Amino acid sequence: MNKTLGWKLGLVVALLLVFLFGIFGLPKDFSGTGLLASLQEHIHLGLDLKGGTHLILQVQVNDAVNGDSDRGVERLKEDLRTHKINYTEITKPDPANHPDQIVLKGVPPESTSDLRSIVSERLPEYNLNSGADNSWTFSMKPQALAELKNRAVALAIETIRNRIDQLGVSEPVIQEHGLGQYQILVQLPGVDDPGRVKEIMQSTAMLEIKQVLGGPYSSEQDALQQHGGVLPPDSLLLRGRSAGSQAGEDAGEQYYLVTRSSAVAGADLRSGGATVGRDSNTNSPDVGFVLTNEGGRKFAAFTGSHVGEKLAVVLDNRVREVATINEQIHDQGRISGGGMTEQAAKDLALVLNSGALPAGIKYLEERTVGPSLGSDSIHSGVRAAIIGMLAVLVFMLVYYRGAGINADLALVLNLVILLGFMGYFGATLTLPGIAGVILTVGMGVDSNVLIFERIREELRNGKTPPSAVEQGFAHAWITIVDTHVTTIVSAAILFLFGTGPVKGFAVTLTFGLLANLFTAVFVSRMIFDWILSRKQRGQALSI
Amino acid sequence: MEFFRDANIDFLGKKWYFLAFSLVFSVAGLFSMLFWHGVPLGVDFRGGTLVYVKFSHPPDDNAIRAALGKVGLTQAKIQRLGVAANNEVLIDLDVRETSEKALDQGKVQIINALETNAPAGKLDLNNTSSLTLANYLLEKDPLRAGSDASQRYAAVAKAIVDYRDKTKGGVLSSFVELKAVADPAVVAALADGFFLSDFGVYQVEIVGPQVGQQLQSQARWAVVYSLAGMLIYLGFRFEWIYGVAAVITVFHDTLITVGAFSLANKEISLTVIAAILTLIGYSNNDTIVIFDRIRENLKMMRREKLSEIVNRSINQTLSRTILTAGLTFLTVLALYVFGGEVLHGFSFALVIGILIGTYSSIAIAAPILVAYQDWRGGQRGASVPLPAGKGKAAAGKGRVASGQ
Repeated sequence: MNKTLGWKLGLVVALLLVFLFGIFGLPKDFSGTGLLASLQEHIHLGLDLKGGTHLILQVQVNDAVNGDSDRGVERLKEDLRTHKINYTEITKPDPANHPDQIVLKGVPPESTSDLRSIVSERLPEYNLNSGADNSWTFSMKPQALAELKNRAVALAIETIRNRIDQLGVSEPVIQEHGLGQYQILVQLPGVDDPGRVKEIMQSTAMLEIKQVLGGPYSSEQDALQQHGGVLPPDSLLLRGRSAGSQAGEDAGEQYYLVTRSSAVAGADLRSGGATVGRDSNTNSPDVGFVLTNEGGRKFAAFTGSHVGEKLAVVLDNRVREVATINEQIHDQGRISGGGMTEQAAKDLALVLNSGALPAGIKYLEERTVGPSLGSDSIHSGVRAAIIGMLAVLVFMLVYYRGAGINADLALVLNLVILLGFMGYFGATLTLPGIAGVILTVGMGVDSNVLIFERIREELRNGKTPPSAVEQGFAHAWITIVDTHVTTIVSAAILFLFGTGPVKGFAVTLTFGLLANLFTAVFVSRMIFDWILSRKQRGQALSI
Repeated sequence: MEFFRDANIDFLGKKWYFLAFSLVFSVAGLFSMLFWHGVPLGVDFRGGTLVYVKFSHPPDDNAIRAALGKVGLTQAKIQRLGVAANNEVLIDLDVRETSEKALDQGKVQIINALETNAPAGKLDLNNTSSLTLANYLLEKDPLRAGSDASQRYAAVAKAIVDYRDKTKGGVLSSFVELKAVADPAVVAALADGFFLSDFGVYQVEIVGPQVGQQLQSQARWAVVYSLAGMLIYLGFRFEWIYGVAAVITVFHDTLITVGAFSLANKEISLTVIAAILTLIGYSNNDTIVIFDRIRENLKMMRREKLSEIVNRSINQTLSRTILTAGLTFLTVLALYVFGGEVLHGFSFALVIGILIGTYSSIAIAAPILVAYQDWRGGQRGASVPLPAGKGKAAAGKGRVASGQ
């Protein structure tokens, strides 16, 4: 054996070990079960193989924009008041489709420059356009709008991750779903009935404390009647359900008139401060919460100046608790509200601790695979792979005899490298991915066939074995590169466009083809060189 | 062993037969797509709700239909799956019965409708998640567990659900069975709050209309980009006419494969699209091998007619073509036969695709080159040699990754 050959052999053996390590790591014992265990540790299975839930969520970013422009409206009103600028009305003409638009009407022409300076100072993210009859349209600058929407998605991902982590789901995937706009992909391995998880994820958990202006009323009409048909300015009518005096007793649906602005809102809540407790009167479960320092100051100021009046704890636009302010309160409160079960109280504490969602979410896609189906799929997939692989290996041996061993070694090494790659890159093996492995074997053998057929041809044309091998590889190499590149092009496109299982297929196919370039050309050539170096000049090649 | 040692078949002479063959299949597929089955889309693309149910006894389709009809799901399609002994049924709701406002409403309705023996206030243990089960046990606390109660009950719940899904195939038929994996006190507590229905849901796919539309357009673009990528690469490596010929060929293969799905009324899912893209790669692969040989021969045999050269090239590579196609077909066939229900569409596409892809390289791609040259020659009134392609690619000698 000459020097370069030994050098190459060393390289191949080293790579083999490196990739075997990628597949198995350092197994504790080398028995069948020990190897299987370490294999499962290194090769991640997709949801379709291990069971679990796959969800696609739409973040309703317009909610976040509406929230922002609502605050803009409040700020604008305040500033117009302090600058003594008259106006007839401020509206948002189309909150559903253009949530970022605010229209201000009836500003006297002489106040124009004041208005412009307010906007450039206090509402810099808005463009101001004048319209007919002294009206002005504010619309958010496109960049600010896009930023706001992207921030809403990022915040939603963060919040959902917090919530799922607290539920104890192992290895969840929560990420932006690149294929759609403002969508989030959530994968929950091992969760085969996502009902409760979905509810927890979807809860916006927007907690506000508002001043109660009137109520309770038995219905909306009742409330309207009591105020002469028109609600007072800056007030809201909210639905609520209040508990009776006994635990679990339900006093039914009620309505309260509250202030539009909140004394305390979601951001003032101290994260991690919510705890499950028991109501001291009714002994039914309730949830206590703690405010941040800033929120506490606001709350203390509010309660200090409203002693004797009522406040409402509002969660997701429903009144959960109404209490009379007996004295100044600093930073704590409780939510009980109508026969909450232990479970509901826990879930509420969980969503409060994980922070509010910046916008509502909607489910677009839901897929669940039970664990038994997953293991069935593995069995049939692996069985098909082994049968297909064996058929190819046997055929190559029969058809090419000596060179068949060469091809078989290259194919097995191809498989080891492919799986090793997947282990190192943390790529996920899906059922179509297993199919990709099988196809790699089938298509990978093509490189060997191309080379061997060419060598046979050269031998028929009277070349000596060494020169036939040399020529065979040289001619086939160009073709092999062309064919691999085009297949990798389709795999790359699949990777960009596919989701979940299909992506897994693209990954295995690409890794497999790359590994094939190495094994079918470099390794196979090395084996030929080794065989030739042991042969006498003029001895025939077994091919 | 050696097949096709000195093959010398006049492939180009049979081009009219090939044309007729391809036309028959393309037109049949097209007719089916337009006038018969249309293009049957899987749930990924059309949207809808699929609920896979396993029963503990042979299911009665009429009883299922009646139960679903009672809750208003009159349009549900009911289909048996796999071997009869598995008692598996697929219930398929149209996208119109799948609303994005309450995405899983259809699933919930189906489960409720099938729970015909449900006593009031009890939950169905066969369709309960381990999370719900753990919470129930935590509240009942049958083991009088101490501070580690939540971990302990989570483990108990997981053991019960695993037993149900992995050992019992998804459906428990009596609470007594559970004594194999759980404490009798736990089993008694479960019997208090749960009942056992005669089925378990083992897979659910719900795709809202918006995602369906999104995926449809993405799949279409994926195929278009894939073809464009090929055209560009081949134009760059060979001459543009080779790229055009390869793309027409691959288009032909895709058309016939999709046509086969339409004729067989099989649904095209996301994985089938993956298979179609793979077959685009494969068919192209096959075409390139022949083109490479044509390019090589054009340089050596400058005197001969193009049709002669093309024929020779096909014959020289025939052995490789048949072998590779045969071996790939073998592996794909293994997938089709042994790969299980989930991969059926995928492997069906590949079985058809490999046959067509191999055929088309010989019968479509190569004749296009000759036809193009004949046409060009006819236009200029003289025979014009087909460009051999860019020189650098042919400088093959010594480019092998070997350090000789």
